[in-house]
Amino acid sequence: MKRRRSGGPTPKAAVGRSRTVKLVDIAHARSGDKGDTANIGLIAKRPEDYPLLVKQVTATRVARHFKGMVGSVERFELPNLNALNFLLHGALDGGGTISLKTDAQGKVFSTALLRMEIEVRR
Amino acid sequence: MRVAAGQGFWGDWMEAPYRQVTGGPIDYLMMDYLAEVTMSILQKQKSRDPALGYATDFITQMERILPTVVKRGIKVVANAGGVNPRACAAAVADVARKLGLGGKLTIGVVTGDDLLGRLDGLVARGHELKNLDTGRPLRDVRDRVLSANAYLGAAPVVDALQRGAQVVITGRVTDTGLTLGPLMHAFGWSGDAWDLIAAGTVAGHIIECGAQASGGNCLNDWDHIPDLSNVGYPIVEAQADGTFELIKHPRTGGRIDVPGVTEQLVYEMGDPREYITPDGIADFTTIQLAQVAKDRVRVSGVRGKPATDKLKVSIAYFYGYKAVGTLVYAWPDALKKAQAADRILRQRLADLGLKFEAIHTEFVGATATHGALALEGLDPNAIPEVQLRIGVRAADQKPVDRFTREIAPLILNGPPSVTGFAGGRPKPEEIVAYWPALIDRTAVQPAVEVITA
Repeated sequence: MKRRRSGGPTPKAAVGRSRTVKLVDIAHARSGDKGDTANIGLIAKRPEDYPLLVKQVTATRVARHFKGMVGSVERFELPNLNALNFLLHGALDGGGTISLKTDAQGKVFSTALLRMEIEVRR
Repeated sequence: MRVAAGQGFWGDWMEAPYRQVTGGPIDYLMMDYLAEVTMSILQKQKSRDPALGYATDFITQMERILPTVVKRGIKVVANAGGVNPRACAAAVADVARKLGLGGKLTIGVVTGDDLLGRLDGLVARGHELKNLDTGRPLRDVRDRVLSANAYLGAAPVVDALQRGAQVVITGRVTDTGLTLGPLMHAFGWSGDAWDLIAAGTVAGHIIECGAQASGGNCLNDWDHIPDLSNVGYPIVEAQADGTFELIKHPRTGGRIDVPGVTEQLVYEMGDPREYITPDGIADFTTIQLAQVAKDRVRVSGVRGKPATDKLKVSIAYFYGYKAVGTLVYAWPDALKKAQAADRILRQRLADLGLKFEAIHTEFVGATATHGALALEGLDPNAIPEVQLRIGVRAADQKPVDRFTREIAPLILNGPPSVTGFAGGRPKPEEIVAYWPALIDRTAVQPAVEVITA
């Protein structure tokens, strides 16, 4: 499966039997903070879509998605909840009271991740 | 056995505790007031007035709920004590007497978390209290430390309840310990029943943010969540085997469903296999959720591991100064104008020779929260208005003060179509920062007193 560069033009419908969707259509999310790290819990709306998240929403891809906004990215799997947890290190300008960001506590990194596009079977 | 959440942070809905004690049967009301920075704010208040240093909202709320609490035999567990649990307990006792409940209320006070007075002795004995994020030793900022508190677990809460306390007031007890304590007490769970401890910890994690588990801040299907104006705060209905169900009172708004509870489970999560508390380690990859009825989610299967020999310490220290200023630019070219204003302002700050640790610019309405991702597929010239939000941070107050005088001039001597400066010059703020560290468990001795109002 071909990876699409986030930040590029909206891809045309993929060739063959797959099409592109935004994560917001198949997942929901909540995010929070721990110091200078933002976390994003990404949850498949339907259990059958969870493997798609595991396969395509990798730590590398998420780091590229948030290029310039975060340092390193770690990923953990929670198959019992059909969820992935991402830690975005260095995302909050020092975090807590130090941060000058509107989103000093990383509350809406969640929906920024949901802008990502992945490929699903038709 | 029902534990109801009454407050998710200091500043949460004032109505919630009253609604929880009157809306249906509950056994315990737990209220969480302490965020990371709250302790330092309270320490400042205590240094000005030795009778302060606790969450004063708690007293207002207790005044309203105490008659019901006493009548129905509901127990209250709250970390409202902040850096002065004894003064908080005295204030609650005053309220009880005022309400004619003198002699009818037993209050447990949990202390021992406050390490500020012992800090030099601890450091001298080799407790480095290294910053968990940066690895720096505490001596680097020792002269700027404002508060230092170990996170205590559920054990002293259990102790207070066993000694007959109806209201338990603590300092820095973990958010989860406020729920786990009542469960351990009610079911007689032992401190090394790791799976049960983990289950009670997960229960605490789910309800510690109040309505965030019952429809508040829930993204999934958010616009169909019923009647948030009348939102019911979550309640844990627990069994002795560690399974529990999340519910809310009848005739309340909000929603309790699997997607919503899942959102709360992953909130502020680190490594899900190791959710570390003073009481034990919970493995969030073992949690099973099931919708067993409308607004009723069953949680089961939680597995745990033994507690570590360390406790986390929350240290607050003086860091420096910051200020944030804003201006609003209108169509046409709103974003371009705001970007031009940012360049002009930065040039002026540089020309003045001002040194900052950071200058941070955001364009609210365009890229402030989602960065460049927000502009994908969007015509930036079509944006109706953009708020330029620029902040600075420095160790010294001087450059920050000077910065606050450089925003308003842009209204007359910068890019056009600018407004929104009614608030006047931004105010420089002191930054009190958070220093997380670990300490040997044996260095901290929780203490419990029980008093009668």
